[in-house]
Formats: sequence, C-alpha cells, structure tokens
Amino acid sequence: MADLIKVGMADYKVGRSPSTLISYGLGSCIGVSLYDPQRKIGGLLHIMLPDSTQARASDNPAKFADTGIPLMINDVIALGASRSRLVAKIAGGAQMFAFANATDIMRVGLRNAETCKQILKRNGIRVIAEDTGGNYGRTVSIDLNTGAYKVKTIDRGEKMI
Amino acid sequence: MIDEFDLSPIQLDALREIGNVGAGNSATALSQIINKRIDMNVPNVALVPIEDVPELVGGPDTVVVGVFLRVYGKAPGNILFLLPQKSAFYLVDTLMGREHGTTTKLDPMDVSALKEIGNILSGAYLNAFFNFTHISMLPSIPSLAMDMAGAILNVVLVQLGVMGDHAMVIETKFLAEDDGINGHFFLVPDPGSLGTLIKAVGVE
Repeated sequence: MADLIKVGMADYKVGRSPSTLISYGLGSCIGVSLYDPQRKIGGLLHIMLPDSTQARASDNPAKFADTGIPLMINDVIALGASRSRLVAKIAGGAQMFAFANATDIMRVGLRNAETCKQILKRNGIRVIAEDTGGNYGRTVSIDLNTGAYKVKTIDRGEKMI
Repeated sequence: MIDEFDLSPIQLDALREIGNVGAGNSATALSQIINKRIDMNVPNVALVPIEDVPELVGGPDTVVVGVFLRVYGKAPGNILFLLPQKSAFYLVDTLMGREHGTTTKLDPMDVSALKEIGNILSGAYLNAFFNFTHISMLPSIPSLAMDMAGAILNVVLVQLGVMGDHAMVIETKFLAEDDGINGHFFLVPDPGSLGTLIKAVGVE
C-alpha cells in the first residue's frame, strides 16, 4: 500500500516512490511539485504568497515562493535527486472571489504563479506543466512512482498534468 | 501597537463579548428571515496557526459556500460566512419557499439570495459592533463562491499571512432549530485592527 503524505498550507514534504504527496484545497495558493523521473524522488510545496521580502516576523519559509522553493530543491537533492533531471509542475493560483475593484492582495494568485515560475527558472528547473488561474479551488497530488500530477476540482472534474 | 499575539484574558473576554453581541444580532436577523429559531454558540476567539484554520469547518477539501465581504473603516478586516453545501441548499430552499431537498445546484437567483443573507448578517453584526465600540465599519458588496473550504479560506488567510503565522479569528457557529442550517461566521480583523477594537472598548 503506497503512502499518502499530506502537505499542509505553508508546508512542504519530500519523498520517494511509491509515496504520493497530496495537498488539499488550494485557492490562490500554489502547489509546486518537483520530480526526478529516474530516481523517482520528488517533493510538493504549498505556498501562500510570492515573496518574503514584504513580510515581517515570519519564521516559516515554506509560506513563500522565494524561500520555500530553494528549500525544497535542497531537500529533494539531499534525498538523492539530481538537480539537472528535476522537473517542476505547478497548479493553483486562483482568484476565488470576484470584485470589481480587486486589490493587489485579491490578485495574489496570479502573482504567486508568476513568481513560482521565475524562482524555478532562476534555479535552473524546467516547468513542464501548469494549471493555474481561474476562480476555483484545487486539490493536488503527485504520484512519486510515475510523476503524474493530479489536479482535482469540485465542478471541473480532475485531470493529470 | 498592541501585541496581537499576547492578549490578556480580559482583552480576549472583551473581544468575545463584542463577537457575542454582533453574532446575536446576526442570528436574530437570520431567524426573522427564515422564521425559525437560530441557536448560536459563544464566539470562539482564538489565535490559531494559519494552517489549522480550515479544520474549523471540517477540513480543507470540504465543499462549502462562502460569502465574503470586505470591511472598510477604522478597523478594517474581512467577513466570511461559511455554510456547508447541504446547509446552503437548505437555506435557499427555505428562502425560495421550495420543499427542502429541491436544490442540488445554485442558480443565479439562489446565489443572489445567499449573498443578500451574507449582506444582512454582516450589517447586523457590524451594527452591534458600532454600538459597542463607536467605530463605524462598512461592509463591501458581497461575493460568493462554492468550493473547497481551504480554497475559500485562502482569501482571508493570505492577507494575514503577510504578517505572521497565526490568525486571530472571531468565529460563531449558527444552528437552526431543525438542524437544517449550520453556518460559521468569521470576522477576521486585519493586522492592526485588533488593537483599535480593544482600545475602543477600553480594556487596554
């Protein structure tokens, strides 16, 4: 029986086949998955905000894309993955409530997605699939045996990316 | 600024009392609309780790209907009225005079009705707040989403997340006499607003 490892909000987990990493109910948050297809090692990070520079007094780097992604990269490499083989998939970044005069914070989903891609690129990791935006929540999971990234929604079914 | 993570018992009591009066007003309003008795619990005023907030409503992938309003004024914040899907359907059936169990999907009219409920409850809540604190607060136009609880709570948590890893939530549970409706009303003050509220009731 394969393990199902839960990843909470502002948290990340790394692991190897045959585990599956799952994170429930992402809205504007992003689920960033990393995977080394050869060693079947990967990780899943659930970030809430794009960057930690505007934040204060935070002791949780996994909450932000800019601090969380490098942390997870280090951990999957420590587990035996090769940086050059790592590929990333991202999902989430929705805007749940529509407002005529949406403030910046309402559009955080979009900024989250953009920042994640920038940070991954800066770290030399390819983003090979993406399912971001919209106005609906997602539950994401990565099967570390196959690298399949499943995105589940309430009204829009589920898909593999 | 008052340290929001280090409130004294008397300050927490004051916040609970404000929440109690606000929620009492809201429950009365809801009760009058649907013509049923509505019970509410004593508000839960708690500082919870951000990642635990979705657990308050049954876990991050529970399907809920959320009516979200932004609060403007001297003590800005967010209001979120959350109903489990079943309760939301029951509530619109009641409002529309349909037999319970008719609704399986929200049509635009239902959405509008639920938003209006959110509007009325927030108005009643904030009115009580004003009587207590003399801080005038105005709710925005309501917005509604039906989705996973985690995704909906994201909206308010993200704003708090900028500042710290804990959320101060003033939460009240509503329960209709026939158990058909059980809702959660959240008032989540912006960072900084809590100090303003506490000062206003004079328990610094």
